[in-house]
Amino acid sequence: MADLSINFAGIKAPNPFWLASAPPTDKAYNVVRAFKAGWGGVVWKTLGEDGPPVVNASSRYGALSYKGNRIAGLNNIELITDRPLEVNLQEIKQVKRDWPDRALVVSLMVPCTEDAWKEILKRVEETEADGVELNFGCPHGMSERGMGAAVGQVPDYVEMVTRWCKQHSRMPVIVKLTPNVTNILGPARAAVRGGADAVSLINTVNSIMAIDLDQMAPMPTVDGKGTHGGYCGPAVKPIALNMVAEIARDPECNKIPISGIGGIESWHDAAEYIALDAGSVQVCTAAMHYGFRIVDDMVDGLQRWMDAKGYRSIGEFRGKAVPNVTAWQYLNLNYQIVAEIDQDKCIKCGLCHIACEDTSHQAIRAERVEGARKYFVVNEDCVGCNLCMHVCPVDGCISMKRVDDGKTSLNWTQHPNNPMRHAAE
Amino acid sequence: MANGRNAGDQDFAATDSPAPDIRAGRLPSEQYRINFDDAVLPLERQTALVEANRCYFCYDAPCMEACPTGIDIPGFIRKITTENTAGAALRIYEQNIFGGSCARVCPTEILCEQACVRNAEDGNPIRIGLLQRYATDHGTPANEHPFRRAAATGKRIAVVGGGPAGLACAHRLAMLGHAVTIFEAQPHLGGLNATGIAEYKVPHDYAGREIDFILGIGGITVQTSTVLGRDIFLSSLRRDYDAVFLGIGLAAVKSLDCEGEDLAGVFNAVNYIAQIRLAKDFATLPIGRRVVVIGGGNTAIDAAVQARRLGAEEVTLVYRRGPEAMSATGHEQSFAKENGVIVRHWAQPLRLEGHGGHVRQAVFEYTRLDADGRLTGTGETFALAADMVFKAIGQVFLPDPLREDGRDLLVLKNGRIAANAEGRTSLDNVWAGGDCVAGDQDLTVAAVQAGKVAALSIDVAMRQKAAA
Repeated sequence: MADLSINFAGIKAPNPFWLASAPPTDKAYNVVRAFKAGWGGVVWKTLGEDGPPVVNASSRYGALSYKGNRIAGLNNIELITDRPLEVNLQEIKQVKRDWPDRALVVSLMVPCTEDAWKEILKRVEETEADGVELNFGCPHGMSERGMGAAVGQVPDYVEMVTRWCKQHSRMPVIVKLTPNVTNILGPARAAVRGGADAVSLINTVNSIMAIDLDQMAPMPTVDGKGTHGGYCGPAVKPIALNMVAEIARDPECNKIPISGIGGIESWHDAAEYIALDAGSVQVCTAAMHYGFRIVDDMVDGLQRWMDAKGYRSIGEFRGKAVPNVTAWQYLNLNYQIVAEIDQDKCIKCGLCHIACEDTSHQAIRAERVEGARKYFVVNEDCVGCNLCMHVCPVDGCISMKRVDDGKTSLNWTQHPNNPMRHAAE
Repeated sequence: MANGRNAGDQDFAATDSPAPDIRAGRLPSEQYRINFDDAVLPLERQTALVEANRCYFCYDAPCMEACPTGIDIPGFIRKITTENTAGAALRIYEQNIFGGSCARVCPTEILCEQACVRNAEDGNPIRIGLLQRYATDHGTPANEHPFRRAAATGKRIAVVGGGPAGLACAHRLAMLGHAVTIFEAQPHLGGLNATGIAEYKVPHDYAGREIDFILGIGGITVQTSTVLGRDIFLSSLRRDYDAVFLGIGLAAVKSLDCEGEDLAGVFNAVNYIAQIRLAKDFATLPIGRRVVVIGGGNTAIDAAVQARRLGAEEVTLVYRRGPEAMSATGHEQSFAKENGVIVRHWAQPLRLEGHGGHVRQAVFEYTRLDADGRLTGTGETFALAADMVFKAIGQVFLPDPLREDGRDLLVLKNGRIAANAEGRTSLDNVWAGGDCVAGDQDLTVAAVQAGKVAALSIDVAMRQKAAA
């Protein structure tokens, strides 16, 4: 069987599946249950500075149901841990002692002063935790107090705090990035400049989950009012994958280790992140939906897939998709595909026809042949957009067939229609 | 099954007393409520949403084409997914004002659900009937009719027969602004939908409440207990009204044409089903210990299953051909078997034998197809002990009400009224639809469509007449 063990920025774990800093990792009780279930590591829910703990609101989650499926997306307005610092630290120490082979990273968020960071780092180090993750992402509640995303959105702050942490601790430092920025490379490069050992992303996306049309208020609703929260779950995965790919292929980020986060609920999702160079993955929503037992198939499924592909270790396929992520102008514009409908598989739902007819290129005709419905592609009008293939409910019924000669490649920088072509050369 | 050849009559001769065993109250009273409640449970909200979301929202959807009334099925299902249940119900009623009943009684497995594209994909069609029931149950406004009447046309239309065809026609005519009078022979409206279908398909007086809903459009006067050919006549209706619609159904039951048919204990299944539907208390309905049902349609199944559910110990349904020739759908046939009805094929009634004027056993002859494919008796017989026998071999059209001064006023075809696709008969201001018309499927949904189509045709004719 393939070896799933990882060494992520010096943090070792038996598998790449970690629980993200969130409610599932708030207490020893939960974390021990997770380790028993087989999770490779956890990032302990964010600790704040000593003193009166934060207070959380009642009603903390909003969820998006899609066509009868629950939690296609989830948002929360919960803050960092609301348990006393000392209790958390003692539990962390005990859990690490009891589970030495698992990764135990501690998420931190304190005010933007060097002393505050220095103080908490010292206390975390005493627990013998494997590393710290700087929470520069939390988009609600804490950001209004000058922490979380308020730091993560300003690259200079990211760099400054990262540097303090590296100065005042010997632990690996992971910087957790917020997606609520125009260009993820800004804060990512700042983390690299500050000396971060790794980045993790994405934190949650600013969101209003829904409007309760009876209360005329955002959901989740707390006594008639609501606030923006952090969005996560399957719906955010494409956004996260893009940001991971941006960092993975950025020379200035210099192949900094990435812990991938966002909508991971299966081994397949994890493999996609790893293919984009993630060295570990973090999971929260799926565990909150189904419990810790989901890790069983994540481990089992990933191993079987790796065995089938001949990958003996995570390192053997990590980052393998990165070279194939490119900018639009480098795509081969000579490449041409057209849709092909397998008439034996077609169930005559007409969705390909109406999608193409109403919204695309009028390239799928609907006809009646001896009374029976028949849908067929007009090759000359098909631009190979793939829409029909996506709306077709039958697996493998519509496929895309290559029709160019496959010999010459021509991208936009070389294209005669590009007025900037000569300037670019 | 203790039903081997000739076994029945030997048992009977050896062990039974001559008196038939027919009585009411065979079951604990609570059991009746369970037996005659919905045989198919309605969908709950969450289940309905999941089911509705399985629908692909096909373009040019085959299910719509398979619905005799042409309901926009993908359209109403999509409205269920957005929880616009009132909009979903309206979308159904636009084409079929009996959408609630049809959701319960339609043989969807041979109509919309058979056409569902999901059959080709995974053999698991959308449960359209149940979704239609969900929409009509939850989306029908409680206190107001969903349609408004058009401006009054001043035209008066007589509708003879208050069954699904007549009511659908009357509703559409009223909606289009005409003044309608319904003449119904029975003391109540509804026709076979009210009295000819098993109680467990439409329990809790659904049919009655639905009629109130339909009449809620306004502009419809109802005259019950008024019989065509006795109290009213086609010639005078033609004279007194601008147009006449006949939805008079099939007034007679086919006869077995065998000895003993007039014995006590021999019933028309349709009448017995009506008795159940009109009963206030099922525990008061007498039922035999051993019941024989003769026939192969849905009426035969409804009679047989309800006999079981009233507590009959042994119910045998006998049909003269094989299962594929039965007009009852496969679904109905298995439902009968699930309810403990013994189904015997390839046998025809030879005679009914009685004692003291009451039927005691039914003698059947085995049948087969001869070399020319015709049904023929084999000469071998068997007998089934019977306290009650139900005849359910079909209904026939009675032309007598349309005969005046010794001649037929309307042209008939295959023993029923001849009408074209719009429901026009051989007389210029007379339309007809439903079971009384030749060529229609004998289904509620087909009758509703015939009534609706005739109403649209009448409306065009009335407006042309007004313009001329």
